[in-house]
Amino acid sequence: MSAPDVINTTLTEQAHGVREGRFSARDLVDAYLARIERIDGRLGAYLRVDAAGARQQADAVDADKRAGKALGPLAGVPLGYKDIYVTRGLETTCASRILQGWIPQYESTATTRLTQAGAIRLGKLNMDEFAMGSSNENSAFKPVRNPWDLERVPGGSSGGSAAAVAASLCAGSLGTDTGGSIRQPASLCGIVGMKPTYGRVSRHGVVAFASSLDHPGPFGKSVEDVAALMEVMAGHDPNDATSIDAPVGKYREASRAGLSGLRIGLPAEYFAAGMDPEVETAVRAAIDELGRAGAKVVPVSLPNTRHAISVYYLVCTAEASSNLARYDGVRYGHRAAEVANLDDLYGLTRGEGFGAEPKRRIILGTYVLRAGYYEAYYGKALRVRRKIADDFARAFSQCDVLATPTSPITAFKLGEKSADPLQMYLADIYTVAPALAGVPALSQGCGFSKAGLPIGLQLIGPPLGEEAVFRVAGAYERATQWHTRRPSAVESLS
Amino acid sequence: MPRIDPNEVREIAQLSRLRLSEPEVARLTGELDAILGYIDELKQVDTEGVEPMTHAVPFDCPLRADEVGPMLTPDEALAGAPRREGTLFVVPRIVPGPGGDM
Repeated sequence: MSAPDVINTTLTEQAHGVREGRFSARDLVDAYLARIERIDGRLGAYLRVDAAGARQQADAVDADKRAGKALGPLAGVPLGYKDIYVTRGLETTCASRILQGWIPQYESTATTRLTQAGAIRLGKLNMDEFAMGSSNENSAFKPVRNPWDLERVPGGSSGGSAAAVAASLCAGSLGTDTGGSIRQPASLCGIVGMKPTYGRVSRHGVVAFASSLDHPGPFGKSVEDVAALMEVMAGHDPNDATSIDAPVGKYREASRAGLSGLRIGLPAEYFAAGMDPEVETAVRAAIDELGRAGAKVVPVSLPNTRHAISVYYLVCTAEASSNLARYDGVRYGHRAAEVANLDDLYGLTRGEGFGAEPKRRIILGTYVLRAGYYEAYYGKALRVRRKIADDFARAFSQCDVLATPTSPITAFKLGEKSADPLQMYLADIYTVAPALAGVPALSQGCGFSKAGLPIGLQLIGPPLGEEAVFRVAGAYERATQWHTRRPSAVESLS
Repeated sequence: MPRIDPNEVREIAQLSRLRLSEPEVARLTGELDAILGYIDELKQVDTEGVEPMTHAVPFDCPLRADEVGPMLTPDEALAGAPRREGTLFVVPRIVPGPGGDM
């Protein structure tokens, strides 16, 4: 296959192609850049493309190959990074006007590791502003459209990262997941996305939204692709005090190991009323498939699931109100023009620079942390958070991996939920609890609605249980092949 | 009875240094009232004897030797400054005084 043909395949196949000399890294990058040029105007996935930088990196890989040097595991693989990853020399905005024009002087650990492995950086991907949102309609610059239906959202907050992989505008991408922001867009875009165990991947150089909830993680077309990215990104980092000092697992091997002997838990609370019946049918069929593949399916209960949204919107807003205090117009980013005093400097800079959702969350977060309210709201939320985490611990004494829907609905239309913040928050109902508990969770495609929209299966493991999750995900993918279907809405654009 | 009123929103906006317009204050008051209404259900949860959880995985705050390592140069650190003078970030005068230099 030539480079233009291979961009629709997995990053694993592309890495093989470069290594075996079937095509050059330069040809592969040029194919992606040409496709971005043709299609992304309609999708809005990229905030900026660094074509010159990407070509330079690709040429360096090709030079190493010609010189007979050892190539890294991801040599020549073109990736896109959510614009929340700090990239030295390349503008990083978090899709916010308050950071517009910021050119970082340092680089995130995750992207540094991928570069060291030979991956090519194509550019920065669109997102909901400061990772706050579930539809990518909160970007200060432009929305992102779902490659399966351009009138619909890709999900959020890592909407650009998910849409770009689904539309073959990069071979893989990075996102972040704080309440579902990798898994939900993966589900709505029909690709694989993983939120690792908290602390498994370093947060150094990942702009902070909610520090106890932010999880950097990968997107890919296949389970093996996500496993490959995880092996490179994961691991202890002295620059992140919360990073876990434990060996990185053999995730690709796990994804090939099969699932016989594993027990899959089905939490009753994740199959409640209000779910789209097509989603329920597809997910239940997936679970039957897992049973046929050799897993034992057991019912379990996570009784505090119904409190997860309340806990999440108390904890994440409190943490965000603290993390976003640094945007003050002094050291970087936007500064208001007409400032008479310090109060103006802060108030006008932040009033002008932040969009509606960050403002909403800063106000809510400041409110719940006020003396007098702290124990009733934030303190209460932290205790219920422990109950949610304990639910998972108890469930994992009865099973190895939990299986649930990722999202109760398929992709909704742009504008459909943006008028009512609470409605938008409820879209996260199945994804927030694993984020609060810090347990690893992956979403993969498990079918399509009659309207052709992707449906996602969520697999949740115990802390540092990524291997079990990959075993199940890999086995399910081999049995079903949903991931080979391509979004037709985008094919007609190219 | 509303859980939050426009005056409180204005107070919080001042605490968080956000200059909001009056239409923004009105809109946020309504939205936050609805969100706080939803969150109210947490009151019913029995958390007697339950420790607060701030951290997903237990960890001891790691320390390292107090040795100087690689870091940004002053020029790198100031590279994004909206206003700078030498190795200083320039901001509006904080203490009122003659001249009012900005």
